Amino acid sequence: MNIGILALQGAFVEHGEALEKLGIQHFEIRQQRDLNRPCDGLILPGGESTVMGKLLRELGLFAPLRERIAAGLPVFGTCAGLLLLAKNIDGGGPCLATMDIRAKRNAYGRQLGSFYAEKDFGDLGRVPMTFIRAPYILEVGLGVEVLAEVEGKIVAARQKNQLVTAFHPELGEDLAVHRYFVSMAKGIRLSAGGSAQ
Amino acid sequence: MKEDRYQLNKQLAQMLKGGVIMDVTTPEQAEIAEQAGACAVMALERIPADIRAAGGVSRMSDPKMIRGIQEAVSIPVMAKCRIGHFAEAQILEAIEIDYIDESEVLSPADDVYHIDKTRFQVPFVCGARDLGEALRRIAEGASMIRTKGEPGTGDIVQAVRHMRAMNGEIRRVQNLRQDELFEAAKQLQVPADLLKLVWEKGRLPVVNFAAGGVATPADAALMMQLGAEGVFVGSGIFKSGNPAKRAAAIVQAVANYQDARLLAELSADLGEAMVGINEEEIALLMAERGK
Repeated sequence: MNIGILALQGAFVEHGEALEKLGIQHFEIRQQRDLNRPCDGLILPGGESTVMGKLLRELGLFAPLRERIAAGLPVFGTCAGLLLLAKNIDGGGPCLATMDIRAKRNAYGRQLGSFYAEKDFGDLGRVPMTFIRAPYILEVGLGVEVLAEVEGKIVAARQKNQLVTAFHPELGEDLAVHRYFVSMAKGIRLSAGGSAQ
Repeated sequence: MKEDRYQLNKQLAQMLKGGVIMDVTTPEQAEIAEQAGACAVMALERIPADIRAAGGVSRMSDPKMIRGIQEAVSIPVMAKCRIGHFAEAQILEAIEIDYIDESEVLSPADDVYHIDKTRFQVPFVCGARDLGEALRRIAEGASMIRTKGEPGTGDIVQAVRHMRAMNGEIRRVQNLRQDELFEAAKQLQVPADLLKLVWEKGRLPVVNFAAGGVATPADAALMMQLGAEGVFVGSGIFKSGNPAKRAAAIVQAVANYQDARLLAELSADLGEAMVGINEEEIALLMAERGK
């Protein structure tokens, strides 16, 4: 298993460190040529979604990544990554727009609104959550499973091959959400009968 | 400041990594910067090159002007206060600034004490020329560090000097025996527990950006290859011939700082760079402020 991490801006190194602790191979995606490597899953990290969205287009990564996600490549978006995947965004235009969710950016306000929480995540039990100028999900479409809520707001969801969290599992010590993504990617690979490309 | 808040503030800096933070003086410039791919903007009344030219006392910006920029963009907005001027910092916190830069670019308000940044909820970034300055600022509560460089000059030499000094000292510290750290802390005039963190991790305990003199995509790539985790560009953008194009090129250069072929494309046809001042021609060394 080899996971590609979008490394245009933001906290991509931290995702790599989390995968290493799980013994999962990973590589950075900065340019088109990086897409030639075998890739069983994709992580879109936290950072600024406007920066990543712009660089995705300028570097010619937008169309190929969108195609692969639509074709079933397992993808995990955290914070800005969630915004990249959302079909609709309050307070900005969509980017890859592959996931049936409507998200609100900077939903908790400025940095003074950043916070920690510990809530249930799917059937994983309680998971520590770090919210940094975070978005949340206002609405989900058909076939989208809500995985976590904080004070009535949706902060994690899954639609088939796409997993998103408004918080940053890569910033803490807890590996539960990364483990969840890895098993999700493995499951999709098995059901697809080979390496999902 | 609660430990949680300090962690969250350091983590916001982690989200800025690999990005470019641009100085802007109006909402229009802020929008240009955001569209060009800035990961944050620094709101200030005059960019460093103009502060240098104007002379006189340079202070925190008008909160109204900062609010205008906060309303214009969705990315984080930073603003500068004078070294030691905790009342200016309180005002910036009151308007919910995302990051305060306690900056040597403005006229220092206190020639002995920096702000006790542990008393604030909002994060602070501070300039440093070497490991000692960086760890002293972190001990005071800074959650992000940048090189001082020499702002408003377009001359990269000082930022290079400061980044090399910091990283060279970190490598030397890593080679010490654990029982030698106390003496090293004494010599560097820094708390021993912070030095021990550097010794363990081989890096500063907070994110470290380059600042002061970055004017071209090549300058940005140079600083990234020397170990910067991102770049501040002050006068370099809006003092150049084509700000939007230059800003976008520097953003791409930071994202692909090791690809010389792409850097060659990015460096082409950018129009005039800021004229700049050489190190030897500078009358005022801002980096000497606040040690």
